[in-house]
Amino acid sequence: MEPTWEPKILAFLCNWCSYAGADLAGTSRIQYSPNIRVIRVPCSGRINPLFILKALQNGIDGVLVSGCHPGDCHYLTGNYIGRRKSATLKRFLEYLGVEEGRVQFSWVSAAEGGKFSQVVDEVTRDIKKLGPPKHFAKQMRVQGV
Amino acid sequence: MVQKKLREKAKELLSKKEVDLIIGFGEGSQPLRATPVFVRTPEEADRLVWNSFCENNLATYLHKFNRFKVGIVVKGCDARSVTALALEKRFKPEQIVLIGIPCQRMIDRKKLKKAVKGEIVKVREEGDKIIVSAEDGEVVLRRDDFLYPLCKACTHRNPVQETLLVGDRVEEAALTGPNPEAREFEKKSPEERWAFFEKETDRCIRCYACREACPMCYCTECFVDSSNPKWIEKSLSPSDLQFYHIVRAYHQTGRCTNCGACERACPMDIRLTYLTQKLNQEVEELFQFETGVDPGALPPLSTYKADDPQEFIK
Repeated sequence: MEPTWEPKILAFLCNWCSYAGADLAGTSRIQYSPNIRVIRVPCSGRINPLFILKALQNGIDGVLVSGCHPGDCHYLTGNYIGRRKSATLKRFLEYLGVEEGRVQFSWVSAAEGGKFSQVVDEVTRDIKKLGPPKHFAKQMRVQGV
Repeated sequence: MVQKKLREKAKELLSKKEVDLIIGFGEGSQPLRATPVFVRTPEEADRLVWNSFCENNLATYLHKFNRFKVGIVVKGCDARSVTALALEKRFKPEQIVLIGIPCQRMIDRKKLKKAVKGEIVKVREEGDKIIVSAEDGEVVLRRDDFLYPLCKACTHRNPVQETLLVGDRVEEAALTGPNPEAREFEKKSPEERWAFFEKETDRCIRCYACREACPMCYCTECFVDSSNPKWIEKSLSPSDLQFYHIVRAYHQTGRCTNCGACERACPMDIRLTYLTQKLNQEVEELFQFETGVDPGALPPLSTYKADDPQEFIK
């Protein structure tokens, strides 16, 4: 039997808010979709658009970038700078023809374990609806993987 | 005549030693072409020309001469690139003497070649007419039919900042709306858009001529050349070609002046300006920013406002 497809989602979480939010979700034993792989980054402003593109190229099905709420940034303005990058990148990718929802963004604070689980569930649901990416991902070199 | 005034101005600047060097356009080795020339003495100033084929963005060369006082011949778009580069601290603004020429809009040489049978031997311009001498005889064509699409949409033909102006100011009236290619492309469905992007980038031979022609592409190590981290493989796989073109365009966010140098440099005729047009449109819509117009305004991605749009963030 063909195993059902489960999306692989890469989540870039900022060290100070969203990562702690994910931690809280874990210690509070909140259940959420197991589809995300977390990469901890210092700040959502640290996200280089190349990270997101490289992830998509290497066969990731969806990307979530999450940082502190505006005004809460540990480095004061990192998430504001990140917000501008995200806004332009998201619009540009959609313009090129990448499906809306393939790359998503959220604000999750360290106290929002519940919101974190909700966001992950929503993103997973969206990506499942979109299915595996049809373009851009590099062909797997090994057959049958 | 603009060309005569330009040479006089260049001679004056060089003989008074106000600049060490003037970057301008010279006669190309083929008809329909102009080549960049670097003039160092008043006598050499007669090499400078001005016509409708002076299409390159000469701001590209400023990086190579940032220890000199440089005079540079600029059109509206080039002048904006110079301002944008000065904002990024590539040189001190006082190092640069802008010799501004209100642009008559440039002629698309590839389109012209297609319209004329046989090899073009010589081209002359008279008012709004182009007189092309080809092997089979002379043809008279309307200038407006052969303009670059970008030039048709141009709203900054006069250099916006203070320059030594050569020639009379032209009236700023775009023949089409802003970013025509982007607005056209947006109407297609996402699948069609990706298919178009794929079809275009598929021809890419990764010669990086688009990068070299662009004044804003000046990184000492471009992301395509970096081996650690290795962002992109040196292959011609479609995915890598797409990756290159997405990132090259995205790096122009808030920095592109719509000069079209990238697309004109492409030996494979890949459409590139529809990408950067979209980014310009985004930056204008989201952050009310236009590149190189206000010498005091920071590039949009290196600053922020507390109330930037964020409806897309959960």
